[in-house]
Amino acid sequence: MKEAFDVAIVGAGPAGISAAYILAAAGKKVIVLERGEHPGSKNVSGGVLYGHDLAQIIPDYLEKGCPVERNVVESRLWYLAKEGGFSVSYRDRAFDGERKYNAFTVSRAKFDCWYADQARRKGALIVPSTVVTDLIHNNAGAVTGVITQREDGEVRAKVTLLADGINSPLAARTGFRPEPKPEQVALAVKEIINLPTDVINERFGVSESEGVTTEILGQVTEGMDGVAFIYTNRSSLSLGIGANLLDFATYKRKPYELIENLKQHPMVAPLISGGKPMEYIAHWLAEGGYDAIPRLYGDGYLIAGDSAMLFNTLHREGNNLAMASGKMAAESILEAFKLRDFSRSGLRSYGDRLAKSFVMKDMKKYRRLSKFLYRNKEIFTKLPEVASFGAREIITVNGVSKKDKERLILDKIRTDISFPRLIRLMWQGWRATR
Amino acid sequence: MSVSVQDKLFLDRFKVDEVSHLRIIDNKKCIDECRDQACLYLCPANVYRVEKDCITVNYEGCLECGSCRIGCAKLNIEWRFPKGGYGVSHKFG
Repeated sequence: MKEAFDVAIVGAGPAGISAAYILAAAGKKVIVLERGEHPGSKNVSGGVLYGHDLAQIIPDYLEKGCPVERNVVESRLWYLAKEGGFSVSYRDRAFDGERKYNAFTVSRAKFDCWYADQARRKGALIVPSTVVTDLIHNNAGAVTGVITQREDGEVRAKVTLLADGINSPLAARTGFRPEPKPEQVALAVKEIINLPTDVINERFGVSESEGVTTEILGQVTEGMDGVAFIYTNRSSLSLGIGANLLDFATYKRKPYELIENLKQHPMVAPLISGGKPMEYIAHWLAEGGYDAIPRLYGDGYLIAGDSAMLFNTLHREGNNLAMASGKMAAESILEAFKLRDFSRSGLRSYGDRLAKSFVMKDMKKYRRLSKFLYRNKEIFTKLPEVASFGAREIITVNGVSKKDKERLILDKIRTDISFPRLIRLMWQGWRATR
Repeated sequence: MSVSVQDKLFLDRFKVDEVSHLRIIDNKKCIDECRDQACLYLCPANVYRVEKDCITVNYEGCLECGSCRIGCAKLNIEWRFPKGGYGVSHKFG
């Protein structure tokens, strides 16, 4: 493979393929190197994708056969104690009307394959089953291509886009970005649980094409900073749970026990009852936030997507940041071609594009959030427990006066959390998202 | 509650390479110096297990998340991706 390309892209995920699609459509000679046997075979996300950012790249993605599982019409947020919990949900006709496909669920094994195929049709060369093991540098230190595991596996390119995801031994080896620290990633495990389509429709109160997302916070992570989720696919549910990796090590919890316990929770169990587990997978979430973002471009290279640590924890957005950053990387690469300058200064517009877009604005807005959640474990333990205690007392009809019940609840808050602490938590939580 | 992670891994499709992509650099360190042995807990595929007086690496069921690599307090694990096309291959993802 001693061929020279305009652009070499490492990783056929949403970031890499978005860039490949745009570059190939603009007539550039593009190669995408993917370590899985097909695009998507190694990729994991909760499974929610956003139509807006996909449409920025392929406006007619539905007509082109994008494999949508269900269009999300309702979003739920659960705050759970050990034995019960709160549910807030929002459903809107708009999400089945003018805002249809705002968010939809996908199977990544199918979607990424389809997406890569669209780039292939534009002329990008997608090479699966190929691990990139190193970068090629010229004498001046600029990246001039990649080295793959294949025989004769040097691929020369004017620009290299690193879109190889959050877990990157290539980054660890070459140092294009620092290896994440354990507290900068969350480890999540996910199961696909098969259920008949009509059972899902009935349990979630939706029609066959409509879906529901449920984000879960609270005792389910057993004291650790983390979150769980349930997303509806056509004839399966995606059930997942993740927590800060350092917490896993400190609390000595096992991911597979965590997901099993999640299944037993009184709010989860009835939804998955009778379901048949079909797959069990694991992946990191980039939780380092704004301060963990590496230098995003240099001489001959750019970084996009998860690899660049672009992930919005609070709003579980990642794919859209990957697609948007992949698109911006491609646009900057095209500009560099016009300037015939592939150095750091020729690629500089990538930084400007990101800074002006929602990508960096959102990353900045939540830069304190990960630390806030990590340091205030009551959010996952005592707080939902006390809140549940209160709800249980108020709802229980047992001859105790409401005034006495209120006193009981206030006492509980005082002993379990304390009011100054509660107020400080709320204040810090507010600040962490400002 | 006891859960068999093996039952979960049986659901997955693996193309297993003959050579391990994971290697403990110095097993003596794990036994003598590592108090926490975080790999035994945080690995979602239970790749690392204590047997007699060493930690074994059951790489065949590795889900390739990378957690052991950065979660090992001694950074004592050499971690590569499996050869292209090998390792876990998601059916649904």
